[in-house]
Amino acid sequence: MQPLAEAVRPWLDREPWRVAGIRQESRDTVSLELEPPAGCTFSFLPGQFNMLYAFGVGEVPISVSGDPATVGPVLHTIRDVGAVTHALCTLQPGQQVGVRGPYGTHWPMAEAEGGDVLVLAGGVGLPPLRPAIYHLLAHRQRYRRIALLYGARTPGDLLFPGELAAWRGRFDLYVQVTVDAAAEDWRGDVGVVPDFIGLAPFDPATTTAFVVGPEVMILFTVRALIRAGLRDEQIFLSTERNMQCATGMCGHCQLGPFLVCRDGPVFCYRPLAPWLRRREA
Amino acid sequence: MDTLEHELRNHPFLGDLSPAYLTLLAGCAANVHFPAGAFLFREGTPADQCFLLRKGKVALEIAAGGRGPLIIQTVAAGEVTGFSWLLEPHLWQFDGRVIEPVSAVALDGRCLRAKCEDDPRLGFELMRRFATLATGRLQSARLRLLDVYGTAHATSR
Repeated sequence: MQPLAEAVRPWLDREPWRVAGIRQESRDTVSLELEPPAGCTFSFLPGQFNMLYAFGVGEVPISVSGDPATVGPVLHTIRDVGAVTHALCTLQPGQQVGVRGPYGTHWPMAEAEGGDVLVLAGGVGLPPLRPAIYHLLAHRQRYRRIALLYGARTPGDLLFPGELAAWRGRFDLYVQVTVDAAAEDWRGDVGVVPDFIGLAPFDPATTTAFVVGPEVMILFTVRALIRAGLRDEQIFLSTERNMQCATGMCGHCQLGPFLVCRDGPVFCYRPLAPWLRRREA
Repeated sequence: MDTLEHELRNHPFLGDLSPAYLTLLAGCAANVHFPAGAFLFREGTPADQCFLLRKGKVALEIAAGGRGPLIIQTVAAGEVTGFSWLLEPHLWQFDGRVIEPVSAVALDGRCLRAKCEDDPRLGFELMRRFATLATGRLQSARLRLLDVYGTAHATSR
């Protein structure tokens, strides 16, 4: 067993990171460019997360939303929904933040090679998938068809609109963006992500699906994927529970036999399925 | 030149119907085109057609007092819009405004109803397809009603 002094080290001996830049992504969502302290090298795999500590307020798990191949400030996209995320979203350039990580499992980028890939995101589910999209595009020849289906509440809530437009312009990427509600001037689609699965180009036999979003959206999306012919083991999702320690010690994020911070956040749907459907989990 | 029967066979909604039924339904069909900004149908007017979209995109809208039209759903190539022809009082419930130029096969509702009355097997088959379509739209509406991307579903930390 790991000695306690060693086990708690994640919270000790950590130099704070510096806010190098801020991007307002939407009304309530901000991307922070965080610069590691001198001498600290940071790398991560698509889907992994860091614990960000707003000093004196609290700590939250936030997925890395930048390009895993890029050296430099590390991007985290945060929605302002509570005390800690509000403190993080209102940081200014030059201020400091506690960072520990990366933690958790990653998207099965290697396993998906040779087949079609469906990337399905809802709301702030796009940032945890963005590193995977960068990886897919950087290694485009390793994959067959790639489709991104992204849903948001309204056109004003869409994240990374410039990047979405650039991706839509590519001939080797199918992009479908939809919103739940829109006014007359919106030229895009209105509907939910599962509605568009049947229109996307993919061969269910060779497809790997990555899904992130609110849990209700995930459940509807998984149902639609299975109706479209995918098997449970071809579907991967990133789930969220009450992650506190991120090291598998505290048990707050238990989901059946799993600790989401240690065994997730990226899971294959197959072992997770019975626990997602269970009310008590 | 593509025949209407061929167009119906190539559309996902009816493509797997028997050739005999496709021939029968082609008798109710017409090729139609609408430019961007045109309306396929207007709320409250007689619903005497349904549209199998081959190209383009249509916004289903409802006029909201003082707010301008709100888009409820968009329907694109490969999809179908219009069930009001099937159920009384046969009036459109929404506006259908063209966002991207539309090419579609329009099926005449009165003609379809007559063929369904004459051949209950065809009637059941069409009813099953439209019921599946309506159920999908209902599920979609329910999911949006949940407002899953709203803050109520976010982890509030």
